[in-house]
Amino acid sequence: MTEGSPAPVLRAFRRRDLRAMPGFKAMAWLCIIALYMPLAVLIIFSFNDNRSVVRWTEFSLDWYAKALANDGIRNAALVSVKIALFATVISTVVATMAALATTRTRGFRGQGLVYGIINQPLMIPEIVTAIATLSLFALIKRLTGVTGVGYLMMAHAAFCIPFAYMPIRARLETMTLTMEQAAADLYATPLKAFALITLPLLGPGIVSGAMLAFVVSLDDVIITLLVAGPGETTLPIYILGAIRRGITPEINAVSTILVAVSVLLVVLLFFVQRRMQR
Amino acid sequence: MTNTHTGTVLADQGSADAHRPAAVSVQKLSKRFGAGPFAITALDAVEIDIDQNEFFTLLGPSGCGKTTLLRLIAGFELPSSGTIALQGEDITALPPHRRPVNTVFQSYALFPHMTVAENIGFGLRMLGKSKAEIGTVTERMLALVQLEALAGRRTDQLSGGQQQRVALARALAPAPRVLLLDEPLAALDLKLRKSMQLELKSLQAETGITFIFVTHDQEEALTMSDRIAVMKAGRILQVGNPRQIYDRPEHRFVADFIGDINILEATVLEARDGVATVRLKDGTKVSAGTAAGAAPTGEVAIAIRPENLRLAGEGESATITGTLENLVYFGAASNLHLRLPTGEDLVVRVPGTFAEGRYTPGASLGVSFQPELTRVLA
Repeated sequence: MTEGSPAPVLRAFRRRDLRAMPGFKAMAWLCIIALYMPLAVLIIFSFNDNRSVVRWTEFSLDWYAKALANDGIRNAALVSVKIALFATVISTVVATMAALATTRTRGFRGQGLVYGIINQPLMIPEIVTAIATLSLFALIKRLTGVTGVGYLMMAHAAFCIPFAYMPIRARLETMTLTMEQAAADLYATPLKAFALITLPLLGPGIVSGAMLAFVVSLDDVIITLLVAGPGETTLPIYILGAIRRGITPEINAVSTILVAVSVLLVVLLFFVQRRMQR
Repeated sequence: MTNTHTGTVLADQGSADAHRPAAVSVQKLSKRFGAGPFAITALDAVEIDIDQNEFFTLLGPSGCGKTTLLRLIAGFELPSSGTIALQGEDITALPPHRRPVNTVFQSYALFPHMTVAENIGFGLRMLGKSKAEIGTVTERMLALVQLEALAGRRTDQLSGGQQQRVALARALAPAPRVLLLDEPLAALDLKLRKSMQLELKSLQAETGITFIFVTHDQEEALTMSDRIAVMKAGRILQVGNPRQIYDRPEHRFVADFIGDINILEATVLEARDGVATVRLKDGTKVSAGTAAGAAPTGEVAIAIRPENLRLAGEGESATITGTLENLVYFGAASNLHLRLPTGEDLVVRVPGTFAEGRYTPGASLGVSFQPELTRVLA
């Protein structure tokens, strides 16, 4: 005691307690503000009874009513959800098969390369992928004359694959092969072992992958902007167009709804995972 | 003569036994992993016949091939060469789900998304049994492993010992012809392990199922087994009942791996009828038993366990005399560490209280070898 107590920094360091370090709180608040302040502003002004998105007057739900009554927005939302659902189903199925093939087999040469190839959309700048996709589709259209929303759906399904793949593979890597062997040992045919053991255990990974794919598809701008044909306006594209005509709280309202949907999905995902991983 | 009938039946069974094929027969079984210069031979032309209703243990250090052998019998791996037969029927090429053997995994591998009862009933469900039958057998298995109260629990809510019992019940439920156990007790603490050893042994007697048990724990092997195969580097060195393995080891490795033992270098002078006369490095002559049918010559080693050595009393003739270097007391007994004139060390075990205050380091102590407990090693 006579030596005097050490400085708080040292004490925190010795206890390995980061939270007691000076400046911890300030840093934490800074991060939270950087992450959520813009969203807070967006959401607050979506309830503004005024055309301005910088000057607050009074609370109102007018902009939500307007947004929901706007045919342009409703159509765009419908297109977005349709494309996202399609992309989610296709990319999740493909990603599940890819994840099984890259983890449920004996290690093979070039496995790392395969991971890289599957994750291509994460590494190549999206604008490049967008232009490449556009070129390919233009070529196909010229050769076959086929047009339609199918191109946009396929493009979305493709770039969603790595996002669906990552959580599924992560889940598979924590599952030892012993489970399937135990099933086989107990007379389950390979098909039954897959359906009754592998698939249920993989469930949380597949659900995470699907939700991630859905959100990524819903959110995409660049590829959609280049690939989408006339009448294939998704919600982000609509918002982008609307902003060019001048930003109004209506855009804030639509964006807030998007935020709410995303948060809802994440919360749902959290509960699904907790239930299934018990 | 009311016994006549019984007598005939027994005689019939006796003659049937002679023709009954082994529960598991392994012929020239080899397994290599990898190819070319990096290939590893996990099993090297292994041959064993495991009898019906036998508690058979594969014992050896890690990497000796015991688990590989078990996985080959289960069908999780395919052999590089050789055959496996189950009651005379060749199963070498059958996939695991078509082999009437079940496994208790080291990690238990219980299905986490199923209840205890669902886990136990899984095998029967896959065999297409009726709900009623699955229910009856599951009840019986739960009673057998004393887990009736936990039937509806999820497996991750169980203790290690309980999980172990579920794994056992799950593997026994389909009434396999052979039960394979891959170090099932390794994860349990000492006390639980001891009681599970006895329980497993009585379970085997009760069910009459052939058990093939893999362990690296020699004490466990001695406690539970009808017969033990000691393995090293992909080969089986010796097969025998626990007494044979412990009292009459035939290989230096077997002697060394199981229990404590003294090994002394020697030269064979004469070997006849299972007894050899050998000369130790200092010229002392010692008699020792040899393996059946073996006629050792030249340089060999002899082995004798510390508890089989006797200190020679006053006036008694000793086989050899050593200098006491150290005395280690450990409760039930003490080990006297002697330095022999051959330059080798010899450990003599004496009862715990016996050694107290009686010997001081530097003392000269005579030791007598009993020929029937001294073995010549290959």
